Amino acid sequence: MTLFTLFRRRPATAPVARERLQILLAHERALASQPDLVGVLLDEILTVIGRHFTVERDQVHVKLDRGSNVSTLEIGIEMPSHAMA
Amino acid sequence: MAKVVVVTSGKGGVGKTTSSAALGAALAQSGMNVVLIDFDVGLRNLDLVMGAERRVVFDLINVIQGDAKLAQALIRDRRIETLSLLPASQTRDKDALTPEGVGRVIEDLREKFDYIICDSPAGIERGATLAMHHADTAIVVTNPEVSSVRDSDRIIGLLDSKTARAARGERIEKHLLLTRYDAARALRGEMLKVEDVLEILSIPLLGIIPESQEVLKASNIGSPVTLSNPSSAPARAYFDAVKRLRGESLAMSVPGEKVGFISKLFGRKAA
Repeated sequence: MTLFTLFRRRPATAPVARERLQILLAHERALASQPDLVGVLLDEILTVIGRHFTVERDQVHVKLDRGSNVSTLEIGIEMPSHAMA
Repeated sequence: MAKVVVVTSGKGGVGKTTSSAALGAALAQSGMNVVLIDFDVGLRNLDLVMGAERRVVFDLINVIQGDAKLAQALIRDRRIETLSLLPASQTRDKDALTPEGVGRVIEDLREKFDYIICDSPAGIERGATLAMHHADTAIVVTNPEVSSVRDSDRIIGLLDSKTARAARGERIEKHLLLTRYDAARALRGEMLKVEDVLEILSIPLLGIIPESQEVLKASNIGSPVTLSNPSSAPARAYFDAVKRLRGESLAMSVPGEKVGFISKLFGRKAA
């Protein structure tokens, strides 16, 4: 250890903490303020289909997968056999 | 008009119970009628920090379930006559805490006290949301440290969405209480500064409690620090916080320990 390293100021870590928090919380707040997207989609799909035939809530499946490159939205609707009659 | 105050944080170990005890005692020392309620069912500690652990007979859940009257469960402090404690249950199932039951108890307490201080459990589950549900005012206890600040941000979100006031479209008053602050380390860039935390959380500051050995000494003997050592730095910080809570505008400062010439020369020994 030289005299120089003894007196060298260690880099401040608090600014790193501050910046990491600002980035993280901006992201988390955006997520929290988003309403339950799957729930909203499910309700709207039920409303639209309900204009043409009746379908139960558990016959509609909405699945949202968020990937880093591709996000997929899967919608499955079980058609009642008598619906189109 | 009685005021219901929740002391909350999300993260555990940041000083909720210590601060509930100190703020409650300081309010009572200023002549207010104060009741402290421990919401941490199964892990109660406010009784221990207040030095009342051997006086607990009935608890909050006994009152909610009708097994005891409110007056039987309230423990009157032996040092300050305007201060009472309503302990949490140590054994019962925490599902026994119902929103309606808690609401009834708080309504009864509103008639008897000026301040109802609810000491929240850590976390964001049922116990924490019940503790904040009826609050008019929230004190968010935060350490100048990344995980505590993040959890406080989450709790602030819950206060704005999950409380009775939020449901009625009213605003819940929120205050930041920064605890375990070390001004010297913040100055050296080793700890988040007061301004950093305020900028990130953007709620008004109620007080800055300096890191101090007095806090542990007080809990060792079962006394709020404002009673055991009223002239110590943390006690003065809590007294200032209480003045601000009561609406006084006070310049913000971080109280320091008074260090005498001799102890400066020879280094401080734990008294």
